[in-house]
Amino acid sequence: MSEKIIVLENLVKRFPVGDGEFTALNDINLTFEKGEFSGVVGPSGSGKTTLLNIIGSLDSPSEGTATVMGKQISSLSHKEAAQLRNKHLGFIFQVYNLLPVYTVFENVEFALILQKRSAAERKKEVMQALEWVGLENMANKKPSKLSGGEGQRVAIARAMVKRPALVLADEPTANLDAKNAHAILKMMKKLNEELNTTFLFSTHDEKVMAYMNRLIHLEDGKVVKDELMKAKTI
Amino acid sequence: MKLAFHLAYKNLMGAGLRTWLNAGVLSFAFIVIIFFNGLIDGWNQQAKIDGINWEYGHGHLVNNNYDAYDAFSIQDGHGELAAPKQENLTPVLIQQGNLYPSGRMMSILIKGIDPNQKTLRLPTQLLNESNAQIPIIIGERMAESAKIKIGDDVLLRWRDKNGTYDATTATVAGVFETTVPFIDGGQVWMSIDKLREITLLQNRTTYFVANEQYEQTEVDGWRFENQAYLMREQTKLINAKKVGGSILYIVLMTLGLLAIFDTQVLSIFRRQKEIGTYIALGMTRWQVVRMFTAEGGMYSVFATVLGALYGIPILWYLSSTGISFGTDGGDMGIIMAERMYPVYGIGLILGTVLLVILSATIVSFLPARKIARMNPVEALKGKIS
Repeated sequence: MSEKIIVLENLVKRFPVGDGEFTALNDINLTFEKGEFSGVVGPSGSGKTTLLNIIGSLDSPSEGTATVMGKQISSLSHKEAAQLRNKHLGFIFQVYNLLPVYTVFENVEFALILQKRSAAERKKEVMQALEWVGLENMANKKPSKLSGGEGQRVAIARAMVKRPALVLADEPTANLDAKNAHAILKMMKKLNEELNTTFLFSTHDEKVMAYMNRLIHLEDGKVVKDELMKAKTI
Repeated sequence: MKLAFHLAYKNLMGAGLRTWLNAGVLSFAFIVIIFFNGLIDGWNQQAKIDGINWEYGHGHLVNNNYDAYDAFSIQDGHGELAAPKQENLTPVLIQQGNLYPSGRMMSILIKGIDPNQKTLRLPTQLLNESNAQIPIIIGERMAESAKIKIGDDVLLRWRDKNGTYDATTATVAGVFETTVPFIDGGQVWMSIDKLREITLLQNRTTYFVANEQYEQTEVDGWRFENQAYLMREQTKLINAKKVGGSILYIVLMTLGLLAIFDTQVLSIFRRQKEIGTYIALGMTRWQVVRMFTAEGGMYSVFATVLGALYGIPILWYLSSTGISFGTDGGDMGIIMAERMYPVYGIGLILGTVLLVILSATIVSFLPARKIARMNPVEALKGKIS
């Protein structure tokens, strides 16, 4: 039986807007299993990023439950949520969010420093992660010296270096050209297959959708379609 | 906490010039505080040493009838003390008189002292060396105001114990230079035996100056005034100067700390995405608060290092050559040398370093607390205003 990584039940998220409220997610019921390569798709404002933020324990639901790696998000303290993110979750952002004063090596190393891993262990793991993304020769460069594609590869290495169970990628190819986007997606697909890491994307990019095994369509905060796909192979 | 310092160090080094500008401003405040405190401490030390060497010795045993602040007490403010009790004490007798330099009349104090004394630096041996009938020594301020010099004869008038006026010629046997105005202006020093003789005040003494071997005992009719008591006015003045100086320190520190506070506020506003990323990567909000606080605190460490680099040579130079103020404090009635030498104690330096580090850490923590209330999603979007 496959391991359930994410279980969302009757999930509702509302945001205060003026005197009223805006419902960003409405009665979401979804389950994701280990090793999935899935995408949440939909137009802007459909609730994709909000869903990823709740799964990533950066936000909490207004109603319903979100259980990630067996932990119910709304019941976690700040410290427990930080531990969950640190140990089990990797994030890839649209604008990479690399730390500007750190080198490529240090950016990737950061997650391992938080895990209090030894320097020798950190060096080994970071170099391996950089090898996965083909940037082992750029370890000493600062993010400002990287191209968009290289920056996103560093972000992938940073997300993968701690070998998380789940990687949440929010519009990871939105700032990349087609060539770089395909290269990045192939890389993630490869890591998904080799390390059995679960990837959950939010996207409205058709190039990304083509790589997904499963697509969840959101519209106005509701799941309108949940389909299994025949994904593009690498 | 180690992690906070590790990350803070990397962030500050990565911030480059901005870090060194803040550290520079803070280090300037830090050096000026040490310099001014050192100057006042140097003055205090010099004033204390000069006061002890020239006037106070190791305290005064004062006749109960004499009050230094009451001119009317001079005439009868003296007494006799049995010889055995005078061990390690130098007697001084004070009487009022007049000096007539170039026909002008000056009211003065005539002070008699043992010419063989070694307790004070007054060159009283000159009184023994002179062959004049009444040799006197005076300070340079007195010499200047009376316009007399070594070897000059000047008419001296006094009143004996019976109230009878008498006068004779006194000869200036020496002019001494001192930073202590209280033994100089408006007074002449002569042999105590001679003064007792001409005033008919045999064995009478106004006060005794104790040397370091003197052991204080209760003596009927006399009171002992220790160094701290004798220097109280000077100490009060120096403390007042310190308070005045602290206004300058507060202004300088405020400027330095304001620069850090401003940088921190701006940092937290500008680095929202970075803060959001730290949280997304697994840092707790308080870990991020600690990191930002450590960054601010580290400015003061950098300021200390920077201040040491350029401050040590400057402060060392000033402490060895001294600073000339063009005039001494004698005209103002205070013990202050014309050239002052700052003294930098380890307590002063460590105290200032600790003060700077503590203040910088506090002003960094205040804006950093905002991070603890940040919504990481909003931070990641950079939408917090």
